[in-house]
Amino acid sequence: MKYKSVFDIIGPVMIGPSSSHTAGAARIGRAARNLFGKEPVWADIFFYGSFAKTYQGHGTDVAIVAGLLNFDTDDNRISSSLDIAKDKNIAIRFFEDESAVEHPNTVRIKIGNGAETLELVGISIGGGKVEITELNGFELHLSGNHPAILIMHNDRFGAIASITQILAKHEINIGRMEVSRKDVGKDALMVIELDQNVDMEIETELKKADHILHIAKIVD
Amino acid sequence: MFRTVAELIERTENENISIAEAMITQEMDVHEKSREEIIGQMERNLTVMEKAIEDGLRGVRSRSGLTGGDAVLLQKYMHTHQPLSGILLLDAVSKAVATNEVNAAMGVICATPTAGSAGCVPGALFAVKERLNPTREEMINFLFTSGAFGFVVANNAFISGAAGGCQAEVGSAAAMASAAVVEMAGGTPKQSAEAFAITLKNMLGLVCDPVAGLVEVPCVKRNAAGASNAIVSADMALAGITSKIPCDEVIGAMYRIGRQMPSALRETAEGGLAATPTGRELAAKIYGNKGEKE
Repeated sequence: MKYKSVFDIIGPVMIGPSSSHTAGAARIGRAARNLFGKEPVWADIFFYGSFAKTYQGHGTDVAIVAGLLNFDTDDNRISSSLDIAKDKNIAIRFFEDESAVEHPNTVRIKIGNGAETLELVGISIGGGKVEITELNGFELHLSGNHPAILIMHNDRFGAIASITQILAKHEINIGRMEVSRKDVGKDALMVIELDQNVDMEIETELKKADHILHIAKIVD
Repeated sequence: MFRTVAELIERTENENISIAEAMITQEMDVHEKSREEIIGQMERNLTVMEKAIEDGLRGVRSRSGLTGGDAVLLQKYMHTHQPLSGILLLDAVSKAVATNEVNAAMGVICATPTAGSAGCVPGALFAVKERLNPTREEMINFLFTSGAFGFVVANNAFISGAAGGCQAEVGSAAAMASAAVVEMAGGTPKQSAEAFAITLKNMLGLVCDPVAGLVEVPCVKRNAAGASNAIVSADMALAGITSKIPCDEVIGAMYRIGRQMPSALRETAEGGLAATPTGRELAAKIYGNKGEKE
């Protein structure tokens, strides 16, 4: 079941005009910001389907940027996000992509600073609810509504066990987990949705575990 | 978790509880939250709805200039004339319009289930409230009732215009509203389900064709239709009328219709009213030259 809470239906409290094209878009932008872990210096945003046709009318562009600036769906600053980004010298470009996509409300966000980049694909499925379906080329299903840790690791024996052992030791409950990889024995991505945020101490411990390359997280 | 309306109604009958109570206890179980926490969050949503209605009734205008001010006109008319459809119905319509005018003006609203359809439930509930005087606690419960039905629709069909057309948004919202209105009027859970089915049936096939891609024309007035439809269907259910097609099958029909709907009629601003000469002209005016290709 895609919707698990009554507050997915009655809610979110948000700045209009569209739950999928404005609030959902802000949530996808914020997930990207969260996973990147800091404010990006540049952003390239690609709209598909209904997003590509109507993003200006719905303020989808404004909302994605608001999310990248870490604004929530009911933040009054959403409508002035483009100006705020400009003041911060964040270079933002928008593209309308005509490629066929599975979901009508699809956006691809590429963000970066000098050294690092992040690329994700998000879909807005209705009522402000979103899913992250791709991260740096890995397929995944992440709601972005729960705390989560995303762990890039080498596809080796014991990599997953070493992570789950650390979480178990700290009594952190795993709500949902998925693993995807590009090829056997190569880079892999572990997505773990949690009931609570993990603190810095645990994150440092996770980073030191065997075969772990990089950790990103979504905080509640 | 209840997956269908039939399961939801069965639970209320077996345990002799209201639909709202079934929704609240499920929320407590699934999310391991306390009752107070859940009620508190819903109360905040109710407050946002109330505030949006107040703002809209004072008069707002959208940036595009396409919508705003109609809620004020309706309230004036209600107080200076004898409205043909009656004060309660027009009050619901004006409050639904007020909410969506605030939404279009980028004000704060509570998506119910979406922003584009945010007016139906508060419009109907706050108008019927004037007649039946429920407590604030009861008003919060009615939102859980609406939410329980929306929850089933969202999991078995869709609630976004881009996925299933306006029937999925305003159709679902109106049906959710009518189920809650029945509860406010003292109807049974079964009657709530009948009202829900009747309302959704009357909204099947409704396409999502926003002019210039904005959640304004025809969205604001579709919420007016949704709120009035909700109250009329609630009266029908309270009169003892039932839907020949069961609630869950109506939701199934809505899903299949949405799947068959071409993309031009699902929030792409390429068909329906958006594609009329005036619709295109308005888009061109709003976007300048860029609008012409939309």
